[in-house]
Amino acid sequence: MVWFKRTDRDSRPTSRLPEGLWLKCEGCREILYRKDLERGLFVCPRCGHHHRISARTRLGHLFDDGKWRELFGSVFSTDPLSFVDSKPYAERLRALREKGVRCDALLVGLGKIKGRRAIVAAMEYAFMGGSMGSAVGEKLTRAIEQCLKSKLPLITVACSGGARMQEGVLSLMQMAKISAALARLHAAALPFLSVLTDPTTGGVTASFAMLGDLNIAEPGALIGFAGPRVIEQTIRQKLPEGFQRSEFLLEHGMLDLVVPRHELKETLARCLAHFS
Amino acid sequence: MAGVPAPPFLARLEELRQRLAELERNGPEGRAELVQVRMELEEEAKRVTATLTPWQQCLLARHADRPHTLDYVRGLFTDWVELHGDRAFSDDPAIVAGFASFDGEAVAIVGHQKGRDTRDRLYRNFGQPRPDGYRKALRVMKLAEKFRRPVISFVDTPGAYPGLDAEERGQAEAIARNLREMAALTTPIVVCVTGEGGSGGALAIGVGDRILMLEHAVYSVISPEGCAAILWKDQSEVQRAASALRLTARDLLKLGVIDEIVPEPLGGAHMDPALAIRSVGSALRRALGELRRWRRTELPARRYAKFRAMGQFVER
Ligand SMILES: [Zn+2]
Repeated sequence: MVWFKRTDRDSRPTSRLPEGLWLKCEGCREILYRKDLERGLFVCPRCGHHHRISARTRLGHLFDDGKWRELFGSVFSTDPLSFVDSKPYAERLRALREKGVRCDALLVGLGKIKGRRAIVAAMEYAFMGGSMGSAVGEKLTRAIEQCLKSKLPLITVACSGGARMQEGVLSLMQMAKISAALARLHAAALPFLSVLTDPTTGGVTASFAMLGDLNIAEPGALIGFAGPRVIEQTIRQKLPEGFQRSEFLLEHGMLDLVVPRHELKETLARCLAHFS
Repeated sequence: MAGVPAPPFLARLEELRQRLAELERNGPEGRAELVQVRMELEEEAKRVTATLTPWQQCLLARHADRPHTLDYVRGLFTDWVELHGDRAFSDDPAIVAGFASFDGEAVAIVGHQKGRDTRDRLYRNFGQPRPDGYRKALRVMKLAEKFRRPVISFVDTPGAYPGLDAEERGQAEAIARNLREMAALTTPIVVCVTGEGGSGGALAIGVGDRILMLEHAVYSVISPEGCAAILWKDQSEVQRAASALRLTARDLLKLGVIDEIVPEPLGGAHMDPALAIRSVGSALRRALGELRRWRRTELPARRYAKFRAMGQFVER
């Protein structure tokens, strides 16, 4: 097993896990010491459950010495439709910004992975469920264009419920926009590794997350197009155990690898070396 | 409307439409009533279209008597050869694909296909494709590229099928691949949203150089029903959801997602399908004419610029 050092500068507690010294594992309900969990990259030492982590923590895990530079951090969502559900969308955005989640639902970083320069774009689930709106689409498209310009490999880490409803059809079009940019990356033969984590569903799965040269998932992640509840309502029966989980997708030929978090960096580095 | 009850706001119009059809069948007797019904029908159609809410717009876009892809094929094209299968698993009847002549020029056609009567609707799976359908469409679009034929795509689906088998065979992967491949296709693509543009399942054959949309079609990231369930947790909020989503043709033109609105007969395409089909025909003709002037090799770059510009965000 490989352990990675992270600098504390980049590990602000934006993960979904509650604060406090002791935490209950979401997998086995065991009470765990936070420091232990953190040291184990938020994977339960008892049951192996992969807890959701913030985009910032993820970049810290993947880049050498936890060092990286943020790209396109100035791009942020706006409210093109004046969308109001139980709360105005504009107000949700303001509240999130004030809470300090400034990266929108995607954090893009440039750094080195085992000495090799790469761009990593990781989704931030704490920002409206990692939903993909115009800002996410723009940042990822710029990241791809930057890869093309600087001849860099791209790694995305998906963690998202799908398109952001509050931006209506403009969110939908981000799928086309990003995929069109990926067509260029593809043509330029620059490596694109897609990492899928829990959960990756809807428009994110149906665009960049499934378009990697390699699609690599963390164990036990929910991955699919339609959500399990929608499917159950459609077919009017219970879904089988493990349906739409990483291992199920691997078995059905949709993934190249299922890799535990401790081995992710090592695996990505090895694959990048094979491609560049 | 075969087996599908009309929504209440259309009830009177449907009644008049049926009566008119009866009278027209009957011949000379009842001429006086015919004139009367025609007038009333026009009045009612004007009233309905003038007061359409976004939710009613959705219901109109789903009207079972609207022309579907194969109606456009029959009405506008000759020498149609329908092609089948994705060469991997099956032939999906929810998507049709093939080649035909349009004004004497060979073109490829792909499109969602909905049924009209109960049996056909089931057979077509209500126009909800499985991955096999998207893969068939891509196969035919690649043939079009190979033989240098333009592609015409008709979009009309509630969405990609959310079923167990569809997930197993990679619904997400099939949609994603189409988005990437269509972006790079070196042949002109004209997309026409004819009814329901249901989310990723619509976009999966909806990347093109010209995006046309019928006046009463809708195009959305999620159905109002789905949106109401998720955001309001209440199905009765569909009307609010439909308004909030900005899914009408006029909204989409304003948002820069479509290029042109194709006018429909008064009251909607189902009121006079032949006229609606002709209207689509002239829009297609114009779009193909424009695209013919572009070099094949510059198509992907232009298409990239088109979709690259979509979306709104701020920079601080
Ligand atoms: Zn555990």
